[in-house]
Amino acid sequence: MAGLGGGPAAFGRCTHAVVRALPESLCRQALRTAPGPEVDFARAEREHQLYVGVLKSKLGLQVLELPADESLPDCVFVEDAAVVCEETALLTRPGAPSRRKEVEAMKRVLEGLNLNMIEMVDENATLDGGDVLFTGREFFVGLSRRTNQRGAEILADTFKDYAVSTVPVHDSLHLKSFCSMAGPNLIAIGSSEAAQKALKTMQQMSDHRYDKLTVPDDAAANCIYLNVPSKGHVLLHRAPEEYPESAKVFEKLKDHMLIPIATTELEKVDGALTCCSVLINKTSEL
Amino acid sequence: MMTEVGSETEVKKDSEQAGADKAKDKPEEASDTPENQKSRKAFSEEALDSSSVPVPTSQSSPSSQKKEKDSSESKGISRFLPPWLKKQKSYTLAEPKDEAKKKAVGEDQVIEESECQLPEEVAQPKKSLEEAATENQHNAKADEKEEKHSVSSAETQPAKEDGKEMEVEKVAEEKEEKQVEKEKRETKEVQTGEIKTENIPQKSPKKIKTVQCKVMLLDGTEYSCDLEKRAKGQMLFDRVCEHLNLLEKDYFGLLFYENSDQKNWLDPSKEIKRQIRSLPWLFTFNVKFYPPDPSQLTEDITRYFLCLQLRQDIASGRLPCSFVTHALLGSYTLQAELGDHDPEEHHSDYISEFQFAPSQTQEMEEKVVELHRTHRGLTPAQADSQFLESAKRLSMYGVDLHHAKDSEGVDIMLGVCANGLLIYKDRLRINRFAWPKILKISYKRSNFYIKVRPAELEQFESTIGFKLPNHRAAKRLWKVCVEHHTFFRLISPEQPPKAKFLTLGSKFRYSGRTQAQTRQASNLIDRPAPYFERTSSKRVSRSLDGAPIGISDQSLLRDFPTAQGGPAGDKVIDIEGVGQDKLKEGSREENGSPVKTPQLELIQDGKRHGSRAEGPCTGVSDADKSSHETLDIVEEKKQAEVGREETVVIDETNKGKMQVATDAGETCKVEHLSKKDSSSLPSDSSSSSSSESEDEVGEYQPHHRAIEEVIREEQEEEEDTNRKREHQEKIMQHVEATTEGSKLNVPVERTAQVTAEALVQENAVTIATEEKNFSEDMKQDLGEEKEEEQLRLNGDVSHVDIDVAPQIICCSEPPVVKTEMVTISDAAQRTEISTKEVPIVQTETKTITYESPQFDGSTGGNAGVLLSAQTITSESISTTTTTHITKMVKGGVSETRIEKRIVITGDADIDHDEALAQAIKEAKEQHPDMSVTRVVVHKETELAEEDEE
Repeated sequence: MAGLGGGPAAFGRCTHAVVRALPESLCRQALRTAPGPEVDFARAEREHQLYVGVLKSKLGLQVLELPADESLPDCVFVEDAAVVCEETALLTRPGAPSRRKEVEAMKRVLEGLNLNMIEMVDENATLDGGDVLFTGREFFVGLSRRTNQRGAEILADTFKDYAVSTVPVHDSLHLKSFCSMAGPNLIAIGSSEAAQKALKTMQQMSDHRYDKLTVPDDAAANCIYLNVPSKGHVLLHRAPEEYPESAKVFEKLKDHMLIPIATTELEKVDGALTCCSVLINKTSEL
Repeated sequence: MMTEVGSETEVKKDSEQAGADKAKDKPEEASDTPENQKSRKAFSEEALDSSSVPVPTSQSSPSSQKKEKDSSESKGISRFLPPWLKKQKSYTLAEPKDEAKKKAVGEDQVIEESECQLPEEVAQPKKSLEEAATENQHNAKADEKEEKHSVSSAETQPAKEDGKEMEVEKVAEEKEEKQVEKEKRETKEVQTGEIKTENIPQKSPKKIKTVQCKVMLLDGTEYSCDLEKRAKGQMLFDRVCEHLNLLEKDYFGLLFYENSDQKNWLDPSKEIKRQIRSLPWLFTFNVKFYPPDPSQLTEDITRYFLCLQLRQDIASGRLPCSFVTHALLGSYTLQAELGDHDPEEHHSDYISEFQFAPSQTQEMEEKVVELHRTHRGLTPAQADSQFLESAKRLSMYGVDLHHAKDSEGVDIMLGVCANGLLIYKDRLRINRFAWPKILKISYKRSNFYIKVRPAELEQFESTIGFKLPNHRAAKRLWKVCVEHHTFFRLISPEQPPKAKFLTLGSKFRYSGRTQAQTRQASNLIDRPAPYFERTSSKRVSRSLDGAPIGISDQSLLRDFPTAQGGPAGDKVIDIEGVGQDKLKEGSREENGSPVKTPQLELIQDGKRHGSRAEGPCTGVSDADKSSHETLDIVEEKKQAEVGREETVVIDETNKGKMQVATDAGETCKVEHLSKKDSSSLPSDSSSSSSSESEDEVGEYQPHHRAIEEVIREEQEEEEDTNRKREHQEKIMQHVEATTEGSKLNVPVERTAQVTAEALVQENAVTIATEEKNFSEDMKQDLGEEKEEEQLRLNGDVSHVDIDVAPQIICCSEPPVVKTEMVTISDAAQRTEISTKEVPIVQTETKTITYESPQFDGSTGGNAGVLLSAQTITSESISTTTTTHITKMVKGGVSETRIEKRIVITGDADIDHDEALAQAIKEAKEQHPDMSVTRVVVHKETELAEEDEE
């Protein structure tokens, strides 16, 4: 059933995924928090295709692929453009002005899914989807360089059923740069001081008690959990060749079907696993 | 107390022993005061009605009754006064004035009677002024005793004008009366049930005044009834629940509004008329505690009322929902009230009568209808259950919001819920304090404070202050917190603080049943599911022209069998027979006024079956798991008689013989050994002036609470290690659980203000009911604690006679270093906020001077040469003594005058008179060769408002 009727049991259920191809402009023009080696476009594309392939073929999701837009170097990171929870989609106002236009394509594709659409029109509000962690029971919003209080308020207004708690994020780009959901009630969290501090904040703010999965590398804490009817718990996580120690931690999750995916190239421009898709669970046929 | 009625002869004996034992009995006396008061009152009422007392009617008339009170109440100062004053009194009585004589006789009589009521030790120190006076006439013993008190009293026989002395007495009496009035009130609060039952039949000769009460019910109908004017809240609440056929009533309450939008919960344990000042009496029946898991409610009818409340909450916007949830909940409402969707009867506008959301759109209504169709086959009870299953997950479900500002003046909302306190800023949750994290909640004026446990790596507790719009709002929030904490976290309600100790502020506690108790009780509900009409019948006949009433009937009929089946299934749980019956008794007898006995039994049962309760209440709520939990609940009562200041100036003159020689060389020297002069009250250590009694309270609290904090801190170490261990296992859930398990210190709370001895004892007792391995630790801790206490007693306040006033001593003595720091940080926080506001304190000031007639001669002789002057200040817990010594040479005779200024601060529960007497006694002991020439008693009392609300 729609809304709260689904409850936490349905957490991770997903029917559709929105992804977007990466533009060549990404290599040079994509925003990055720190200078570093240039992105190998060919490799980045291969990695991304593998990612989309897993969602589509392996997990059987309906993948809606948006074409790349060369004028939007960061457009592959669709997560930041929309927050979808149940039947409601909030189109964000990304913190980086250069990314605001990314929302337009997102809007079009979501309209096709007949979701309740809310647009963030307030010019004082900014929100990146990467700062929004939905646990199945509540939202945590990172207040970062990309997301401000007003943006968080609009998120709270949009998803009134849920508590929306704010978490200060200082040392990384997004809240989900160091955490994500690795299962229903299970938070994957990095080991850095900032990550642990944020986790403390979240624990204090929540009426629920989450289990945590601490991984040595912050970047590896960003993973994708899905509850696929035929496969059960599915976890997409960073490959062992990227983060061997963290991969070992994931490998201890016995109930999960583990799918390692490398995101080496996109990581150079602050990309992570969750950044590259918007996951939607359409229950009604409409 | 009341039960041990001594026989006549015993009493006589006792009263003879009384004199000698008087001083020793003081502590008991102090602690027993409320009981005495009560028994005396009860007795006097008996006397009034039954007239079984062999006394002329004129004497058992109200006036004599009053005198009796007066007499017994003026136990105070006078009994400690030097004999020259008392003799004065007896002299007055001996006068051939009719009235006085009558009075004396009457009192004599009455005193004897009242002593019959009192157990031995209690009765003795209760000796009143009059008693002492009559004793003086007949009994030499009193004189002997008093001479012990004042060495030089024999010479200073009174020769004063009677009138003046009489006046003094009168003032003193008046004052005493006042105090007693207050005590009486307290007593009444403490034991609500009994007094009521006594009072009602006695007042029956008078016409019972009734007031009409109107109660708005959840289905929109109005219930009205006539209640006796003096009825308690419980009376009305029970009537309403009876009318509604509701048994699981502990989740509900009655609201009344003041200033249109400020809602207040009617306190069941208090008289209605003292809570709601204006007529008419209008109330709203509402859910007070939203059960976190409504599926655990036993009866469908309870769930139905909860649904009605939630529909209101949702439609009014108090409970925000998303569009989808509005539609879903609306569809369950339709299913519950209309039954299956019938395309023939249910036209497109059939739902326009229902309000599902604050702003309802066509789109939403369509969605509601669409979902309604999918619920085919759900009975009304099932639909309600589904409704609740969704509603309970809403983040604002059961959150009681209060407007406030944070320390920086930013607008925020404080939300009280089953799990703790939530802080919101513009719909965003910015902080949360779970009940286990909160050590203390308090309010002061319009500020609300929570003291929170230190975080893992922090060392100290922190206090967080919030600014509420006004004092009442702060108090309201405080009360709601107290109630929610008790209801959801505790197995049994905390007993209200005992009146006999230094308790400041309100004695308000949640007096109803806790969730754990009400669940147990409702497991015992044994009745066929009650038939009740859903509002649908009315609505349908209104909305659909000539609509077949069959719709609603249908649904009701369908409801009936399932309603019966539902709870029957739940009733698998069985609780032992004995406990059951008692519980049931408790729940049934509780109409009218909360009767003490059943309630106590409930508590016991709660403990006995504590672990068992977990079975039925599978998961969801933590309340069952946490055996006990500590939360300090501190309230500052604004207009209450919190602070009292008594200044006693004792002038001692010594017309010494020839001390000139040694003293001559000294010049005038005024030494302030301490920064405090006589006018600066004992405030330095704690940052606020005690002349503003309000501030006095705020700072006083942390002191006497500090004792517990020591204990608690030790526990926390334990907790921390637990926590660490758990952390390695990476399972957060368990962390909290252990934390809760080790929280043994609850009951310490209440007793902490007692003497060190009592504290330890009480703890030991309580611990006995807890798990063993913990109790071992606790005992150890307490043992240390005890030692510390004793050291302190022996060291710092050695000049105070421990026997006399132990409860004063241990209460306000600043605790060991550890906690002192806490106190400081706390105080800093408090003052920072509180200084913004100028307090308005009503105080009453009284000055009484007792002066030796002898003294008159020497006062004139001030013209001598001042040899030396010295001011010494010493401090004990509640008293500050400033000694001012001047040495004068007057015509070759040196005269040493010692002026002692003793400031006794504290609330009404301190026996000020005793403290005063102690001071006088000390002064005498320190300077046995001097005589007391003047006693000035200056009393500053904060005026108590009639009642807090």
